[in-house]
Amino acid sequence: MKKDEVPQDGDNLHRGTFKQLFYAVDASGNYTAPVSSVGWEPENVALGQAWEEVEHRVAATRDKVESGALSPIAYYMERTLLDLPLLARKVGKFQWQVKRHMKPAVFKTLSAGMIAKYATVFAIPADTLQKGTLLPFQRPE
Amino acid sequence: MTQFNHVQTAHCESGVISNIFRHYGLHISEPMAFGIGAGIFFGHLPFVKVNGVPGSTYRIWPGAIFSRVCKRLGVKMQSHKFSSPGKAMQALDDIIEKGIPVGMQSSVYYLPYFPASYRFHFNAHNLVVFGKEGENYLVSDPIMDTVTQIDPESLVQARFAKGFPEPKGKMYYPLSVPKQVDFARPIKEGIQQACYYMLKIPMPHFGVKGIRFLAKRVKDYPAKHGDRRAALYLGNIIRMQEEIGTGGAGFRFMYAAFLQEAGTLLNKEELKSIGGDLTLVGDLWRNFAFAAGRVCKARSADNISYGELSDMLLHIADEEEKVFRRLSKVKF
Repeated sequence: MKKDEVPQDGDNLHRGTFKQLFYAVDASGNYTAPVSSVGWEPENVALGQAWEEVEHRVAATRDKVESGALSPIAYYMERTLLDLPLLARKVGKFQWQVKRHMKPAVFKTLSAGMIAKYATVFAIPADTLQKGTLLPFQRPE
Repeated sequence: MTQFNHVQTAHCESGVISNIFRHYGLHISEPMAFGIGAGIFFGHLPFVKVNGVPGSTYRIWPGAIFSRVCKRLGVKMQSHKFSSPGKAMQALDDIIEKGIPVGMQSSVYYLPYFPASYRFHFNAHNLVVFGKEGENYLVSDPIMDTVTQIDPESLVQARFAKGFPEPKGKMYYPLSVPKQVDFARPIKEGIQQACYYMLKIPMPHFGVKGIRFLAKRVKDYPAKHGDRRAALYLGNIIRMQEEIGTGGAGFRFMYAAFLQEAGTLLNKEELKSIGGDLTLVGDLWRNFAFAAGRVCKARSADNISYGELSDMLLHIADEEEKVFRRLSKVKF
């Protein structure tokens, strides 16, 4: 890549605060100092798409929780960008146990200690989780 | 207060090496660290999924560059992992109190100074903590352009994030760094190792073979996974190529910069010329990402576009193979 080809496609993903470095060659094909880039379109597209997918999953899971098919654990797992293996690891349980906690009936029987553990992982107040309040998901700008 | 000369770099691991070593008077550029550590690589692991999306990597696994560079340059590192955050933070405080900058492994998700849209759960980010200002820690994060700060709570979370690869509070600092190093042998060993990993690993997922393996998979994405997942899989290939601190085509350019620097240092025109060829392969990777980005954006999967992307990857594999075959024949 030549220096003048280093992409400069900013689109607010960095809020203009962040620049990445790239190694690029000068006119005679030599690498000198790396060049700053404010962003690159394919990366912006892929990153935007990844966030869209997160939004989609969060919304779909919210529907399932509101219809009583899943417990708030499932909703907050998606909201915290976690998947089942990672969440299980974080609360120190087996995956099958966490899956059980996603059943509304089982969720109601969880101890205050267990709820508190989940709440810490989700970075929300324990009673918010206990009551099943579904805090909105905010995609980072 | 410890003076730490922060320099922004393209990649976190090679950047931390370059920044820490310079602190001890051993000057090694980021590309040189990347090359001696044989950082360049390719791997596609369809069975290692994060949120259901298969993973690709454009560089060697986390930590490998570091340990190889230390071994080859004769730097002695002290590395600790911890069972509890309390002990880990105490140990960190003790070390920075002595004026020693400390490298550590952390999760990107918990770094408040990071651009929010990049904060996914990725646990193998490297940064340097070199002092405190009040409660907050002073951070030299190689991919940020200036020194930043982090509050102790966030640092604890970042150091003790769960999930692969688990940092367990990992911190490291040099015990002894040689002031003068002969780079000839480390360069040679690094190049030979990179050639082995790119050409000879007897697994279909890795090296040049891995690129062809991915090419075959990409072709079948729409038929096998449907429009939506196909686009997600593709998006992830681009993201792994260009994500903060990992940069895929970026790694090709960085390795090319290494070959050029090594060529100058050892007075070998051939290395410079191979570096030039690798720069062209980096451009092919960039073109691939452009094309893949367009397919992602269009949202409608058709077999033709995925077929074309697959052909682009096969072409990249051929060209990259030529580069590393040539490199493996260089006489030292």
